[in-house]
Amino acid sequence: MSFAPNLFSIVAIGAGLIFFLAGTCGLLRFPDTLSRLHALTKADNLGLGLVVIGLLPLADNVLAALKLVVVWVLVQLSGATVGQLIAQSTRRNGRTE
Amino acid sequence: MSTATLAGLTGAILAGVGLYGLIIHPDPLRRILAFNVLGSGVFLLFGIIARRGAAIGALADPVPQAMVITGIVVAFAATALAVALLIRLGAQTDPVVTQADKQDLARRADD
Amino acid sequence: MIVQTLDIGLAALVLTLAGYTVLARATFPAVVSYVAYGLLLSLIWVRLFSVDVALTEAAIGGGLTGVLLIGAAGKRRGTAVAATELDPTQPLRWAIMALCALAALALATVVVSLPDPAPTLAPQAMENIATTGLGNPVTAVLIAYRAFDTMLEKCVLVIAVVGVWSLACDRCWGGAPDVPRAVARGGTLTFFAQVLPPLGILIGIRIFWIGADEPGGAFQGGAILAAMWVIIMMAGLTDVPAISKRWLRIALAAGPIVFLGVGILGFAAAGGFLAYPHGFAKPVIIFVEIFMTLSIAATLPMLVGGAPIRAPRP
Repeated sequence: MSFAPNLFSIVAIGAGLIFFLAGTCGLLRFPDTLSRLHALTKADNLGLGLVVIGLLPLADNVLAALKLVVVWVLVQLSGATVGQLIAQSTRRNGRTE
Repeated sequence: MSTATLAGLTGAILAGVGLYGLIIHPDPLRRILAFNVLGSGVFLLFGIIARRGAAIGALADPVPQAMVITGIVVAFAATALAVALLIRLGAQTDPVVTQADKQDLARRADD
Repeated sequence: MIVQTLDIGLAALVLTLAGYTVLARATFPAVVSYVAYGLLLSLIWVRLFSVDVALTEAAIGGGLTGVLLIGAAGKRRGTAVAATELDPTQPLRWAIMALCALAALALATVVVSLPDPAPTLAPQAMENIATTGLGNPVTAVLIAYRAFDTMLEKCVLVIAVVGVWSLACDRCWGGAPDVPRAVARGGTLTFFAQVLPPLGILIGIRIFWIGADEPGGAFQGGAILAAMWVIIMMAGLTDVPAISKRWLRIALAAGPIVFLGVGILGFAAAGGFLAYPHGFAKPVIIFVEIFMTLSIAATLPMLVGGAPIRAPRP
């Protein structure tokens, strides 16, 4: 269990957590729906991506590492879709609260 | 305090919270929600009994786990039936709408 | 130490979300909070090393129940507003809170005073698992040791569907239910429903297949397949089937009927109801599970869709 991959994982996952924290602060503090969605999608893409990159050296085999990347892609896909749908609904209903 | 005991206490509190919501709300949909919270709390109690029954080869006793899986599926079926009854009842009678929901509706209509 | 922090943090989050679900003033935020609560609860299940239950809780408890309740909240919002202030008075609230705290305290006392060499059936389950040919003890319990319970559960699902369908108005019988639909054809949801389901179906079948040896199984795989069908129906890429369609009714009934048939054949093959032939147990189990998964994938969306609201097209 060498030191360098663990250090890399800790740094990457820590950076990912910072993005998650930023996204949560955005969700709580931004004034309207569209800017909150913007904050959340940053957490989805960058935050989860950095966490996944940090977990890649710790995966058991190549297949497990590939599954982690597939998880990230699927979360991005669904996050982007839901963000679009919420934004369209917001614009259609005229709500900005 | 082990994970199992902490999860068990969480399950006990969830059961209490769900029971409170079940009694206090006049709106049937909120009652269905609280009922689901109550149910998941009870399932957690099953879960800690499973975890405490770990043995060689099985990290958790499989029999309570199987019961919980069955329970989750049946609870979903019961919730679906309750929601269908609720919608049908709503089509026949005036719904129960609390002040808070009225304000929420008014606010959405204003924007 | 770190593990304790994770557990305490998870418990705090779950309790906060449950409190918000119960105490929130408006309905829609409460339902959304319930979905988040279900997903975090499945993390607690993983911490209890019950991964099969975690998968089921995430898929059915959090996901499908959330879709059902969000649809219900939306359907009820359009109805006429007649305000009745039925909320209990403040002293009564305190009394109810005290009673519920008492109930929670009783359960907590049970939790901390459970017997210490914990009674368990795990050793017996693991002893005999070789005869079933399975590697996952939870699947062995579901389909081999307690197969009767699982068969009855499939029957309960079909009965629930019949119950939901019977709530249709008389002239709607035989028509199609209504699933929350996308507003714009060809929009974002359509793209999503074209990209995700191929992968989702693959993942669902894989989780069902791997359930024989690893965490997974028919319920979890069937729930994922059901979710894919619900997404396709929501995007409008396929019509919600009318409840009079023969293929739908065969798909719904196939699971319990095959299970019951295998059970009755067990008399001839192995000398008891739902007994599996010696050395041939695993193929029979997989055969039953295939029809179970098909049935679950057909039943759960029908439960989400609800009663038919349109008269059948001739």
